[in-house]
Order: sequence, then structure tokens, then C-alpha cells
Amino acid sequence: MEIMWIEKILLVVIVFAISLGTAAYSTLAERKVSAFLQDRIGPNRAGIFGILQPIADGVKLFFKEEIIPANADRFLFVLGPSLFMITALMTSAVIPWGKPLDLGGRMFDLQVTDINIGVLYVFAVVSIGVYGIMIGGWASNNKYSLMGALRASSQMISYELAMGLSIIALIMMSGSMSLKEIVAQQSGELYGISFLKGMNWNIFYQPLGFLIFIVCAFAECNRTPFDLPECEAELVGGYHTEYSSMKLGLYLFAEYVNMFVSSAMMASLYFGGYNVPFLEMLNLPYNVEVFVGVLAFFTKIIFFIFFFMWIRWTIPRFRYDQLMKLGWKVLIPLAILNILLTGFGMILTK
Amino acid sequence: MEQIIFIILSLAAIISALVVIFSNNPVYSVLSLVITFFSIAGHFVLLNAQFLAIVNVIVYAGAIMVLFLFVIMLLNLNKSSEPSAPLIMKVASSVAGGLLFITLLGALRQSEASAGLSGGNIGSVESLGRTLFTNFLFPFEVSSVLFLSAMIGAVMLGKKNLKDS
Amino acid sequence: MSVLSLTNRKKVLQKRKLTFAESIYLPAIFSGLMITIRHFFRRKSTVQYPEVKKPFSKVFRGRHILKRDEQGRENCTACGLCAVACPAEAITIVAAERKKGEEHLYREEKYAAVYEINMLRCIFCGLCEEACPKDAIYLTEETAPASYSRKDFIFGKDKLVQPLGTSAHPKTFKPYVKDNKPYQYKNPVNTKI
Repeated sequence: MEIMWIEKILLVVIVFAISLGTAAYSTLAERKVSAFLQDRIGPNRAGIFGILQPIADGVKLFFKEEIIPANADRFLFVLGPSLFMITALMTSAVIPWGKPLDLGGRMFDLQVTDINIGVLYVFAVVSIGVYGIMIGGWASNNKYSLMGALRASSQMISYELAMGLSIIALIMMSGSMSLKEIVAQQSGELYGISFLKGMNWNIFYQPLGFLIFIVCAFAECNRTPFDLPECEAELVGGYHTEYSSMKLGLYLFAEYVNMFVSSAMMASLYFGGYNVPFLEMLNLPYNVEVFVGVLAFFTKIIFFIFFFMWIRWTIPRFRYDQLMKLGWKVLIPLAILNILLTGFGMILTK
Repeated sequence: MEQIIFIILSLAAIISALVVIFSNNPVYSVLSLVITFFSIAGHFVLLNAQFLAIVNVIVYAGAIMVLFLFVIMLLNLNKSSEPSAPLIMKVASSVAGGLLFITLLGALRQSEASAGLSGGNIGSVESLGRTLFTNFLFPFEVSSVLFLSAMIGAVMLGKKNLKDS
Repeated sequence: MSVLSLTNRKKVLQKRKLTFAESIYLPAIFSGLMITIRHFFRRKSTVQYPEVKKPFSKVFRGRHILKRDEQGRENCTACGLCAVACPAEAITIVAAERKKGEEHLYREEKYAAVYEINMLRCIFCGLCEEACPKDAIYLTEETAPASYSRKDFIFGKDKLVQPLGTSAHPKTFKPYVKDNKPYQYKNPVNTKI
């Protein structure tokens, strides 16, 4: 019993560190990717390839002057960024990072906790995340911040619906809401062809659902083309206009943690998580196989993070009415259509 | 262990519910109501009903309270702009609230834990879905019609110049 | 009906209904993504500044220098033509007469006791250079340095006169050559990322 606790705590610490580390290096990657897409080089002075840049940024943020506006609500002003960061980090608890490791007969589960409604848990935590933005924006006592907060909340509520509906079709197919179960189901053969082992990814069954999911993920993470809550041009930074120092850092950082987690969600829900095609043909030892699986999972995550950035530096921002129209008049009907199609497909193939 | 968690959650629920009523600032009221919902969700988890707990968080804390907060922020309700209700309103509302409380208390005293519900798995998705679509199919569908009518009503209210269109 | 127009570059914008492929945006987004990813692998045009410097154009005009001749004597005779030519009125000259024994310092009988250029006024047009009959003032390839206070931008003789012992024609104190050939930049290849 006790050794299980130690294992869990160890895993939590590792997942925590990986989430933060990935987020930290995502900030560097964002700058590098944006530079490369614009024929520039990007930061390269702090260490080779700018590898120390996140540390330099962190140190800079820590040493900047802490400003709380005179008419701000001090308690809520501090609560906002903290809440945003906490919720961003909490989501990673249910993501299965790999198959259980075999430690001499003891199975070491590479998932912090397997609750049977893992998908819903992620949704709940994400829906709480909007409070961080709303509280911070309101407490700043600034019209730009308030506008950003209001935009964020309405945007997140609207897109959460479509996201949930797109997931329902997937849950209908898998018959389970546990992420572990969903990922394990994707290890089979694609369309029953025995050659395509380990390729039974949901993307091949739910392309429309994935499309809706990824659009909603962009909106939930407040990333371009849906970064209206913080659009620099009209809202001067939006909900974090009044923030400085590490509290601003938390907001910016939590965005990258959110990106990491939603990439992990996309990889595990639609792209087979830790499953690698054709891996079983190599007849590797079990633990090596697990390790390769974890690596593959992270490769998928990194690809999606890159995709987030790629989109950001390609597509301009939506207008607010376009955003709402897309969410309510396009994505939700499409998601419902997807549910119907999935239902028909399940009946036909049964 | 469970006892301690139960006491902590109950205290949190009661205290934050009291803050909802007594706080002068509407934003604080909404936020403490969110905390209340969280402690209730915690109670659901203690009862092994994770699905209910999560749905409670998603629907109430994650969507409805966000809308509340949205409206309060948009209208910029402050202490000064809050109108004080006339005495008769205060009396009437406290009487109505007290009556509701008595009704709930009576209903609670009347009810007894049914054997089927006290099982260890009542809150799972499977058992909940089975119950909803067998024993309570009619109320479930009726409530969906209720939601539909509410949605239509909202659209009607939201449409400007209904006569012109 | 013909409409009078000043230029023939006018485009009549017609609002037409988007086709289905256009209205779902995805093909357009995809082609946009392809464009950006092509740039991802393209050679970068960044110049790593302190290590790599872009060569200046041959006709670049930077901060001024008051030249000395081969024997180290100041060329300037304080005729004031540069000050007259200056469209920004940035140059102030106070002339003085050369004393006995100062022949090794000044080439002509008259010299500039004070020669000040206000770098905040100067527009680096190079007219002083063209006006000078004595080959005394040139605009070098150096840029005027930044400073925190306005008085630091009034450059006196201490900053302007060519230091003693330097060659009469160092590389940067280029003479003003008029050639019509446009300067060709060599794009510095940089491999460091």
C-alpha cells in the first residue's frame, strides 16, 4: 500500500515537471517556430540554439516589479492567475502516458489516476479554468481586462459545447469514458486488416469529430485564430493587461500548459496515444516497448504543439461575430450530425 | 478518514453558502457559490458517484455560474447600485424561503434510503443511464421537452422586432 | 455607361456567394499552411549583427570627420562654405588667424577655432562635403553614436578632427566617389542559427 503511494507521488512529480518543462520549452519553441516561419532565426543568444532562453525569461519575470493597480481587488487579482495555472496543471492527472511498466513483476502504471470518467474530468477542469481569466480580468478594474474576460468566458462556454458533442460520438464508439480504456482500444487492427496492427486510431473512424475537436481545442486554449480574449491590437493584451511580473508569467505559462494538455488529449483520444504501428513485429522486450510507446506519445504531443504554433503564424484572428457564428451555427450542428452518422455507422457495422 | 473529509466538505459548503448570502459584493457571492458547488461535488465523490460530481461541476460551476458571473460583470453591479428591497419583499421572501426549507426537511424525513440506491456503484455512468432510461424514462424525456421549450423561449426573447420578421 | 476615372487601376469589387469549398475555409487554410511551412525550410535572411556586419553602401554618409593632410595639418580654413551649404544649419564655425609657430598645426593662414556640428540637426545630406573647397570635411562610414543628453550631440573639434597619426586616407574616410552603379549587397550567408 505504502509503496503504491510513493509510486503515485513520484509519478505526480514527474508529470508535473514534464508538463512545466514542456510548457517552458514551448515558449522557446513558439519563438523559434514563429521566427522560422517568417524567415528569421529567433532567439539564439542564451545558450546554443537559445536553449537557456526560457530560464532567462523566467528569471526576468521574477525580478520584474510587481504592480497591483490601486483600485484592483487585491485578493481576486492574485487568485486569478493562480487558479488558471492550477486548473491547467490538474488536467494532466488522467492522461495515460504509456502502458504499465514491468518492474520485476510489479506493474508500474504510467497514469496518475484512472477514473472511469476521465474524459468528463478533463472537461470539468477545463470549464473551471475560465474562472482564472474572468476573476483576473474583473479584479484588474480595467475596461480592456474586463472585455477580455467577458470574451474569454463566452468563447469558452460556446466551444465547450461543441467539444463535448464531438467527444460523445467517440465515447459512443469506445463505450467507455476512461482515457486508459480509450487508448487501449486503439491498439488493435485498423479496419480489421491484420497488417495494420497498432493503427486502430480513432482518427480513421472520426475524422469529422477530430476536426471539430481540434477547432474547439484552439478556442479553449485561446490560441490564434481564436485569441480574442487577449488580442493585442484592440484589447491591449486583454485580461492580463494590468498584470506584471510572475503573475503575468503564470498567465502566459498556463496557456502553454493548456496547449500541452490539449495536445496530449488529442493524441490520446484520436491518434492512438502511446500506440505505435507495426511495433509488435519487432518483438522488442516489454519494457522497451513501453518506452518506445511513451516516446511515440510525446512525439505526437510535440507535433500537435507545433501544429498549434503553425496555425498561429498562418491564420489571422477571427472577428467576434464570426467566432460565435462558427461555434453555434457550424460546429454544434456538425457535431450533432457526427453523432447521428456515428450511430448509423455503428448500427450498420454491427 | 471519510468522516473527517465529510465534515470538512460540509463546513466548506455551509460557510460558503452563508458567504453567498451575506457578502456585499455580488462577485464574491458568485465565487463562493462556486465553492459550494465544489463541496457538494466532493460529497458526491464520497458517495462514490463520480459521474454526478463531475456533471455537477461541469454544468453548475463550469457553465451556469460562469454565466452568472458574466452578467454581474457586464452590468457592473456594485454595493452602491444595489437597490434595497422594501420591507414587505424581505418578509415575503423569508417566509417563502422558510416554507421551502420546511418542505425539503419534511420530504427528507419521509424518504428512506432505498436498497437499490445504497449500493456501491449507484453513481456510475452505466447504472445511472440504465435507471434514467428504464425507471425514469418518462420524466427524463419530459424534462428534455422542458429544456427545448426554454431554449425556444430564449430565442424568442433574444429576437428583436419579432413582428417585423 | 462609362465612368470617368483618373487611373485605370481601379478594380470593381463584386460580392459573390462563396463556393462550398471556399465557405468551409479548410482548403484555404491548408494552402496557407503549405505556404508558411515552405518558409520554415527556406534560408533565413537574418544577419547576426555584432558578429556579421552588412557592408555599407559606397555612398553611405555617416558622422563627419575634419581631415588633416599628409603632414598632420588641419585642412579646414574656416571659409564657412559648409555652414552656408548646410540646409539644416547644423554647422557653427568661429574662425581664427594662424599665429607664428602654428604652421605645423594648420595648413592655411586661417583656421577654425571652433567647429561644431549639431548632430540632432544634421540630416547627413553630404552638402558640406560637396561645398568644401579644401577637402577638409568628409562623411565617414561610422554612424553617429547615441547618447542620453542633448548636449552630447553637439560635436566639437575634439570629436570631429581626424586623430593625429592616422593615415590620411584610411578605409572608412572614403572620398565621395560619384559612380552611377548601384551598390550590390552581398547577402552574408550565415549558418549559425
